[in-house]
Amino acid sequence: MKFQQIDQFAARLKADTRASVHSGSKAGHEKRTAVLFDHYADPNRLRAIAGEIKQHVVENLDTYLPAVEAKLQSNGVTVHWASTAEAANEAVYSILRARGATKMVKAKTMVSEETELAHYLEKRGVECVETDLGEFIIQIDGDHPSHIVKPIIHKNRREIATSFERHGLGAYNDDPETITRRARAHLRHKYLQADVGLTGANFVVAESGRIVLVTNEGNSRFCLAATKVHIAMVGIEKILPRDRDLGLLLNLLARSGTGQQLTVYTEFISGPKAAPQEDGPEEMHVIFVDNGRTDVLASECRDILRCIRCGACLNVCPVYRQASGHAYRSVYPGPVGAVLSPLLAGKQFPELADLPKASSLCGACNEVCPVNIPIPDLLLRLREKGKREGSESAAAATPPMGAWAVMATQPAAWKMALFGGKIMNVLPTKYVPVPALQAWQAKRTLPAWRGGAFRSWLRDRARPAAEGGSANSEE
Amino acid sequence: MLNHERLPITQRRVQMMATCLCDAFYDDVAQATVEVLEYLGVEIEFPEGQTCCGQPAFNGGDWEASRKVVRHTVRTFAGDLPVVVPSGSCAAMLFHGAPLEFEKESDRASVDALGRRTWEVLDYIVNGLGVTSWPGRYDGKVAFHRSCHSRGTATGEAATRLLGSIAGLTVAPFGEGEQCCGFGGTFSVSFPNISSAMGTLKLDHIRAVQPDALVSADMSCLMHLGGLAEKDGKPIKVLHAVQVMRDALRNGGLLGPGERR
Repeated sequence: MKFQQIDQFAARLKADTRASVHSGSKAGHEKRTAVLFDHYADPNRLRAIAGEIKQHVVENLDTYLPAVEAKLQSNGVTVHWASTAEAANEAVYSILRARGATKMVKAKTMVSEETELAHYLEKRGVECVETDLGEFIIQIDGDHPSHIVKPIIHKNRREIATSFERHGLGAYNDDPETITRRARAHLRHKYLQADVGLTGANFVVAESGRIVLVTNEGNSRFCLAATKVHIAMVGIEKILPRDRDLGLLLNLLARSGTGQQLTVYTEFISGPKAAPQEDGPEEMHVIFVDNGRTDVLASECRDILRCIRCGACLNVCPVYRQASGHAYRSVYPGPVGAVLSPLLAGKQFPELADLPKASSLCGACNEVCPVNIPIPDLLLRLREKGKREGSESAAAATPPMGAWAVMATQPAAWKMALFGGKIMNVLPTKYVPVPALQAWQAKRTLPAWRGGAFRSWLRDRARPAAEGGSANSEE
Repeated sequence: MLNHERLPITQRRVQMMATCLCDAFYDDVAQATVEVLEYLGVEIEFPEGQTCCGQPAFNGGDWEASRKVVRHTVRTFAGDLPVVVPSGSCAAMLFHGAPLEFEKESDRASVDALGRRTWEVLDYIVNGLGVTSWPGRYDGKVAFHRSCHSRGTATGEAATRLLGSIAGLTVAPFGEGEQCCGFGGTFSVSFPNISSAMGTLKLDHIRAVQPDALVSADMSCLMHLGGLAEKDGKPIKVLHAVQVMRDALRNGGLLGPGERR
């Protein structure tokens, strides 16, 4: 392969799409920074603590998982374990069949994107309606989310208005309020007709068995208001040790994800409806999904399992802003996706091993991460893995390092090259058949070669006695 | 975060790593580094066998090749003197990148040790030597690009502090300063479209404040940004912070005129 796929995708991206992604993510980042630094004296300390809590969970999943299962069961919840995407979907379907259910409403959950649950159920004749506005638009368009928190960040309101018109949701109108009102009217019926409501979980607390859900549209509450069965599909890494940890994590999640102090709705669900409650699901299931996570746990990149899916790293990432989420060819885009997606791909790792290359390693992702994941280090580890496993997609357009390593370990050869390189000043370098040199010059000029000039200066100059010490020193 | 533990400075004597970019293209930056440090009474050793810090292969994923070069660098910079580098990027390679790729190597300790005595030059001047303001004079307005390898290190603040203290010099802040310029080492040639689009955004922000020069602590960012600007027919003057500091000394009569190229 001659080119990196993500770079090619970015080059072909429609100007409109790039503008939507760029302005949406930039605004998200600026809001996050404002609200975090306005409210906290030292948000970086909080990020570090939150990172330690989540890392502790990741390192001790083997004890937390049975503990949380026992707690959930004592709360009256049925717990299922799914090691693969297929098994997770089957678990959902078998619950539906047992109830004779044919209609389901679902809130936004990234793990169901991983398992492609909606497709799976629709193929089996189950109506599966996305109720998060962004996800609903994705669903009627047959599109894919391009952002973890803002799935339609790549669309502008004119495109959305056109989709609504095409889908029979009224005549063209691109006023955001009208769009929202129409979606609401459409979805309210779906909530009432549904037999089952499916959600994810932002956190599951081990000590209490509480499931915590955050939304801004309240759609997850509606999903559970009229339905008799609640299914929560949850990645196994979503556990928090104690209820009190929520104080920190919820504050960081909302601020990092959407620049809010807290999301509009925060739900704490401790089990199915209790006897004195009039409404609510009488049956509750939690499906813990592995789908490659234990492999990530066994890898040198397990820190990525701390992720709480806030999307802050996408918003700040200059590469994501240029390429958009679809460039990453996977459910999780941006910096977190560049680590997580190739790992979750398992045996297909080499196909996605170019994702970790799509980074200037600028470190902005680590700087904003609410759980302080060292994303650049993980990207580097995966680059090494891609190279070691001979991935073609990773190797594309990457300069070979063999000759450089030989030169850079032999000072005599290095010096010869320094002086010999002067030929670049007279050669028409645009004809030198070195791909890296060509790629550089397609976009930029090269400075004049002055190889060895510093070393000559250092050798030739008369060495005067140092006269220093006169600067303002505070030693 | 790239911040690292450094050994305290006990004497004004250092080993200098010029960096491959200064060795090949930017000799005046290496020269300014020498002149600025010598002005502060720092004695400089230049190990002749030095080549490159090993970062290109490290970033490219070829850790086997990179480790060979790092081992050469460890041998070349033997001893216990501080190693001073006019590049946040190469410094970070030695105190952060190299230890990462040597995690499972038996000679890890020697690599870690080199990291602990490695300083980016501005960090060394401010936090190593305790010099917090800079004498001389430099008339003009500059934009300071905080290179990404000084993210989380003391370099950005050190540079702002020193540059901001020079008489006659204004450091003009510009939009989206936290964003990367798009260089990224091998990224610049593997992802030329994204890399140049990032650089163009950065240049737009910089040009908006109309600086006399663009200043940074990394020549790699400046080679990319300067090259983009020139290719675009709108060249921009780029300077390493130590060049500004050296010129300030000259303008203030605190240093001989030297030989300019």
